[in-house]
Amino acid sequence: MKMLIPVKRVIDYNVKVRVKSDGTGVETSNVKMSMNPFDEIAVEEAVRLKEAGKVEEVIAVSLGVAQCQETIRTALAMGADRGIHVASDTDLEPLAVAKLLKALVERESPELVILGKQAIDDDSNQTGQMLAALLGWPQATFASEIELGDGTAKVIREIDGGLETININLPAIVTTDLRLNEPRYASLPNIMKAKKKPIDELTPEDLGVDVTPRLETLKVDEPPKREAGVMVESVAELVDKLKNEARVI
Amino acid sequence: MALDPDTLEQLLDTVRRFVRERLVPLEADVAANDKVPEDLIEDMRELGLFGLSIPESYGGLGLTVSEEVRVVHELGWTSPAFRSVFGTNVGIGSQGIVIDGTEEQKAAWLPRLATGEVIASFALTEPEAGSDAGSLRTSARRDGDDYVLNGTKRYITNAPHAGIFTVMARTDSDEPGARGVSAFIVERDSPGLSVGPHDKKMGQQGAHTADVVFEDCRVPAANIIGGVEGQGFKTAMKVLDRGRLHMGAIANGIAERLIDESVRYALEREQFGKPIGEFQLVQAMLADSRTEAYASRTMVSDAARRFDDGENISTEAACCKLYSTEMVGRVADRAVQIFGGAGYMAEYPIERFYRDVRLLRIYEGTSQIQQIVIARNMLREAANS
Repeated sequence: MKMLIPVKRVIDYNVKVRVKSDGTGVETSNVKMSMNPFDEIAVEEAVRLKEAGKVEEVIAVSLGVAQCQETIRTALAMGADRGIHVASDTDLEPLAVAKLLKALVERESPELVILGKQAIDDDSNQTGQMLAALLGWPQATFASEIELGDGTAKVIREIDGGLETININLPAIVTTDLRLNEPRYASLPNIMKAKKKPIDELTPEDLGVDVTPRLETLKVDEPPKREAGVMVESVAELVDKLKNEARVI
Repeated sequence: MALDPDTLEQLLDTVRRFVRERLVPLEADVAANDKVPEDLIEDMRELGLFGLSIPESYGGLGLTVSEEVRVVHELGWTSPAFRSVFGTNVGIGSQGIVIDGTEEQKAAWLPRLATGEVIASFALTEPEAGSDAGSLRTSARRDGDDYVLNGTKRYITNAPHAGIFTVMARTDSDEPGARGVSAFIVERDSPGLSVGPHDKKMGQQGAHTADVVFEDCRVPAANIIGGVEGQGFKTAMKVLDRGRLHMGAIANGIAERLIDESVRYALEREQFGKPIGEFQLVQAMLADSRTEAYASRTMVSDAARRFDDGENISTEAACCKLYSTEMVGRVADRAVQIFGGAGYMAEYPIERFYRDVRLLRIYEGTSQIQQIVIARNMLREAANS
């Protein structure tokens, strides 16, 4: 069985994101970029399934600028077998990404696509669901456990206030939640070997997908600055402030 | 073979993450328990840290020295006790075999050293022979197809964990100096070899040293590194040359960690109504530390590149070891000063690093030995020109 794992290049989770001075977006020049952490969990899950002998091939896909190849290399170093890079300098929206992935699914015929539930840059949480809809495949979002059966998958989903266990037929779309696994560090020898694994290069045109943006960003604002706290002298003063200044009780 | 910039960057990034996410949070525990947890050592094996400098054909990464010092620099961000776990496999324990070993010796040991299955230790220092390494007394007497070793080695890093030792012993009792010394690969379970209890040290808890005692310890003659008697001291010196750059890189990495801690503390700690970083006397300490760390890093990176280009950098390697380890001593001292009372308390990492870095000026050639190496090379070059 074959798996397709889309991986997105995002601002590294350790970076303190800053809004550009003109408010048109966030500063990305000279900022460290890495693989979206939820996608790293997806790669880890795929590699574990492969190591368990349940999957034959893991394909890592990234869509976007040339440097996305570095993100694919990270997936290859973690254990994916080969990569596909769809090169585009356009800012790709979730629907465009879903359409490109649909075209790749049709070319590669994987039985399982695992995506991060959302990317930490735009927090859209849309691509997996859109891809399932476009393909007409079952979906299991926010997975914290995946168990492959014969033509099916049992997935435990994290839902508000608890867990839900569902069975879905393959082929299917799964999106990862934080607790699915703890991704490995790619070993140093595997990082070096990853350079020899193949990455196919395609364009949206090759896949017949129009990726023209449908949304226009009008303005990006920083969250309001947190103001310094004050020390209160007594419980009475605290209650008074909570009642009359903060108006929370 | 040198790596392409992307791959090297990814390698460094992975090591950086491992150091900061896995090792830094455990620093205090490792120091308190004098032990690096076994599962962490297993993670280090899986990551490939034991094989940094072992050629790819023997299962290592085969990093150039320029690459190795950059990786080691990242490892300097945390307690040197962690580096010590695999440090002897990367440096002094394995390099004798890498540089001068026979094909059989390389094939027998390097793959197992690269994976970390076996720990290699370097046994040169003796109770009576430290800086004057050429005067070592451990003897190796030929007896048939074996040598019989007798003597004591002291302060041997990783001795309690080692599977093999690179042992310097005198094969020619008529030759009292360095020319009578040969290097042997000695297995831990050789009859007549015993390892003493862990030494109690000032710092670097979690890294272990001990005596190694040879009492009529039989070693096959085939275990002489390179297969030829009398080459041991030359092998040791080659090993130490490369090791000096490794030490320089570790010192530089620790200096940057201490500077980072110092700057953050200077921003946070307030006296006289403002952060102490706004006072010029504190600023001077920060600036001096930053400047010296930068100079030191530049030295090591220059010497490493020249080593990779095939230049003889014996003098430069000694300059790097001397400057970087003295530098990190000064940086650690300033860090304690900037932290003030907090810098003296075990609650903060500063006093631990202060004790840890003291060793760097002593082992693998004291600062004074480096000075002598540098000056002798200078005088020899001048006399020959």
